Amino acid sequence: MTIPGQQAPSDGPEALLTVDGLVKHFPITKGLLRRQVGAVQAVDGLTFDVRTGETLGVVGESGCGKSTMGRLITRLLEPTGGRVTFRGKDISHLGVAGMRPLRRDIQMIFQDPYSSLNPRHTVGTIVGAPFKLQGITPEGGVKKEVQRLLELVGLSPEHYNRYPHEFSGGQRQRIGIARALALKPKLVVADEPVSALDVSIQAQVVNLLDDLQDELGLTYVIIAHDLSVIRHVSDRIAVMYLGKLVELTDRTSLYAKPMHPYTKALLSAVPVPDPKRRTKRERILLKGDVPSPISPPSGCRFHTRCWKATDVCKAQEPPLLALEPGHQVACHHPENAPEAAAAGAAGG
Amino acid sequence: MTTAAAPSPASGPASGPGEPPTAFLDVRDLRIHFPTDDGLVKSVDGLSFQLEKGRTLGIVGESGSGKSVTSLGIMGLHTVGQYGRGKARISGEIWLDGKELMSADPDEVRRLRGREMAMIFQDPLSAMHPYFTIGHQIVEAYRVHHSDAGKKTARKRAVELLDRVGIPQPDRRVDDYPHQFSGGMRQRAMIAMALVNNPELLIADEPTTALDVTVQAQILDLIRDLQKEFGSAVIVITHDLGVVAELADDILVMYGGRCVERGPAEQLFSAPRHPYTWGLLGSMPRIDREQTERLIPVKGSPPSLINIPSGCAFNPRCPYADVPAGGITRTERPELRLVTGAAGGPGGGQHWSACHMAEEERTRIWTEEIAPKL
Amino acid sequence: MFAYIVRRLFAVIVMLLVVILVTFGIFFAIPKFTGSDPALMYVGKQADPAAIEGIRQKLGLGEPILEQFWNFVRGIFAGRDYASANDSVHCPAPCFGYSFRHESPIWPELTSRLPVTLSLAGGACVLWVTGGVLTGVVSALKRGTVWDRTAMTVALSGVSLPIYFTALLSLAVFKYKLGWVGGEYTSFGDDPGSWFGGLILPWVTLAFLYAAMYARLTRATMLEVLGEDYIRTARAKGLAEPVVIGKHAMRSTMTPILTVLGMDLGALVGGAILTETAFSLPGLGQAAVAAINERDLPMILGVTLITASAVVFANLVVDLLYAVIDPRVRLS
Repeated sequence: MTIPGQQAPSDGPEALLTVDGLVKHFPITKGLLRRQVGAVQAVDGLTFDVRTGETLGVVGESGCGKSTMGRLITRLLEPTGGRVTFRGKDISHLGVAGMRPLRRDIQMIFQDPYSSLNPRHTVGTIVGAPFKLQGITPEGGVKKEVQRLLELVGLSPEHYNRYPHEFSGGQRQRIGIARALALKPKLVVADEPVSALDVSIQAQVVNLLDDLQDELGLTYVIIAHDLSVIRHVSDRIAVMYLGKLVELTDRTSLYAKPMHPYTKALLSAVPVPDPKRRTKRERILLKGDVPSPISPPSGCRFHTRCWKATDVCKAQEPPLLALEPGHQVACHHPENAPEAAAAGAAGG
Repeated sequence: MTTAAAPSPASGPASGPGEPPTAFLDVRDLRIHFPTDDGLVKSVDGLSFQLEKGRTLGIVGESGSGKSVTSLGIMGLHTVGQYGRGKARISGEIWLDGKELMSADPDEVRRLRGREMAMIFQDPLSAMHPYFTIGHQIVEAYRVHHSDAGKKTARKRAVELLDRVGIPQPDRRVDDYPHQFSGGMRQRAMIAMALVNNPELLIADEPTTALDVTVQAQILDLIRDLQKEFGSAVIVITHDLGVVAELADDILVMYGGRCVERGPAEQLFSAPRHPYTWGLLGSMPRIDREQTERLIPVKGSPPSLINIPSGCAFNPRCPYADVPAGGITRTERPELRLVTGAAGGPGGGQHWSACHMAEEERTRIWTEEIAPKL
Repeated sequence: MFAYIVRRLFAVIVMLLVVILVTFGIFFAIPKFTGSDPALMYVGKQADPAAIEGIRQKLGLGEPILEQFWNFVRGIFAGRDYASANDSVHCPAPCFGYSFRHESPIWPELTSRLPVTLSLAGGACVLWVTGGVLTGVVSALKRGTVWDRTAMTVALSGVSLPIYFTALLSLAVFKYKLGWVGGEYTSFGDDPGSWFGGLILPWVTLAFLYAAMYARLTRATMLEVLGEDYIRTARAKGLAEPVVIGKHAMRSTMTPILTVLGMDLGALVGGAILTETAFSLPGLGQAAVAAINERDLPMILGVTLITASAVVFANLVVDLLYAVIDPRVRLS
């Protein structure tokens, strides 16, 4: 194991996307003069990478900044600070023109299948739009390619001339996915791709995303609040709390031995569909709600709700350290940690 | 035909139509239809169940299964919904504590609302009036049923309940407006408002869907504690199987406006006997175990309530629709039948399911084909 | 709440100064830039050159624009003397100008006419808000019934018919044919009965135009509010229907109505001019029409300032009411 301290962002397989110290603050202005009185610290210093071919799950409660993070790495938003590198190229501050060629490689799927599709356009126009925007004519023509895409996501090619309102929620989400895949992207960022869907439809879309990844070799960043969905789809999982990354590790170790108290509480809070277990299992109930990202708590942002918090947590922000190979956590008093590493984290 | 031999659960095990029931809440053959320009929306189409005090019934279903309309129908609020006022057609019987509500004077039902039966809604922000203080809204709920109570008494009661549901500094926060509360606090205040008159029936419609996971856990705990304390009958309506597993003693699965399966919670999760319930369980990613297999989704989409498939409403999506001979699944609607295999087990004689397949066949499919994959 | 009121009052003062500046600019400064002679406009084309020169001196038209503006504003608070080489007239505070056509200060003329316009506007406003809102609420509650369709058809005609048409029609029917109402304008202080009798027809005519709009707005808003979750909550509490509608739903329905009312009070002047002319009411609107015909610029300026101030104050009241109704306005 290397010295726990500064990590090189990429260990292991090649990193497709690297995020280093990413910050996004939304200014809050007041009065006629639009004087800035504060900022929503939506994302406040994220460092991680996305490896080629993997699915990185990003999970957290409302206000944790996960959606803002998604919009930053797809460059729908410009970061206030830090760097986003895609295949070795710094894209943090590229303009619209600079991003255009990269839009082919980075695509986004949105949560709401009802509002993310223009109701006045046919499915053919919607799914074919990326070709038009990029000025590309696919082999065999746009129409043929769009029909191929529709088939790929489990719709019928005859749906080409229909309008979004003729489709159910699950089918609309498939249209959104077809549009995202049109230009054969390398990276797909999906923000709550299934949370607006019914349970039985949710499973169809999750399976579809799974199949498409195998078939097309996609890399996913899937953002969701549902820990069960995240567990099912992800290879590695990042847990966010109030704009910070509190834990980042592979799926198995996150669920088997979470190190951050927040992760532990989050996992224990999810209702388990097994009535036999409701009396047996240990449950950590956190106090109160998530604090406002406008004035987040000092030190470790979780200390106001943490049962393990001590003075050091209020004063000092814990760095994100690899306490075990591939298991990064930002906590002064980690759970399930090897003794030496835990001591190191508490001391440093 | 096996349906004739089985006791008909539509009228409940102990009593026929019109007879007073033995259960605290007895819903019999409830139908709620809404005429619309596109056709008749059959939101609830023949639903029956009983509920005793001190028990929690979880009603599970996807959007458009009729679960929310059911709860509004019991409250007498079905005319308020999305299809417009006063146009609903409702039939059947709803017995609450020995009184039949459907034939009762509307004003009498109104006086039961908020006092004997209360409701918690999904989104506490939109469910509270933005222009009145939390305290005012709770006081109002109290005084409408306690006309003799003074403002001071009512306010004291409001503070007391806010304290009980875990609002810090309740004597100060009672004068706050809903927008000054966080999401979790608002749902607590909503619960306080529902409990202010010690209702005997509490209906919670998706009580935690709008909340974050950690706050959801707090609210589920609160509901469970309060039920122990107040001993009321509780109906929890949700799409989340996790939530019912946490709260419910009994579960009723709705599909296309009807009950497809109903039984004790443990049985429903460990030995479900309806293909739709299997589909729900197979669709759900699990937090509590490592899954390498793919999910097993239900094909297709939930049916339109205007055009419910003939025969078994689930037949177009059912992988076993062709198992029963003669295409009966497409022509004849299956009635709820007692699951006899479970009769000897815990909660025996309480597990019902509406499927044309023979019970042995379903038991075999579940144990051999479905359960191992979950 | 206090801070909110102070903020709004400060905004009103700034707004009034801007109103004076703009009005003044239009009437005094622009003719200067365009080269036409304001003094000429004050006395008419046939006046002899000596009279024109006298007025020019009295108004100080030779002075820089800013100084003219300052003199005007000072006159409002301190009174003003209009002096030329030959003579001098005094205009006591508040001096909103001096009509050289009628050889009298503007202010007494305005104050004598203001009650007429206020009576007309105030009465019509009460009438249209109550009438419109009630009709709208009943229509919303009885959606799709004969009542609803009739009310909305009448409302549509109210919105589309021009006011001079309805005014003349009602005069012809109720005054000349049936003789139910009539009489001249009488001030409220003199005889409340005749005051009411003389104004009832103008009120109804003016209110009809607006009530129609308010009925439609109320109906739409009420229908939307009735679909809100908190109305369902109110019913689930066991509140009686009149409380649900009258308290919970009305409170929310009032918000957009107030917003529109604030804007309409401004536009009301236009309606009042036509109504006063049609019914021969000696109000500000009639004065404005007369002043325009007579090219009596100081009078036009005075009327404009008074009505502009009325709009600003009406909006202040609406803003304060808004804060009373919606705690989110008050507390943020």
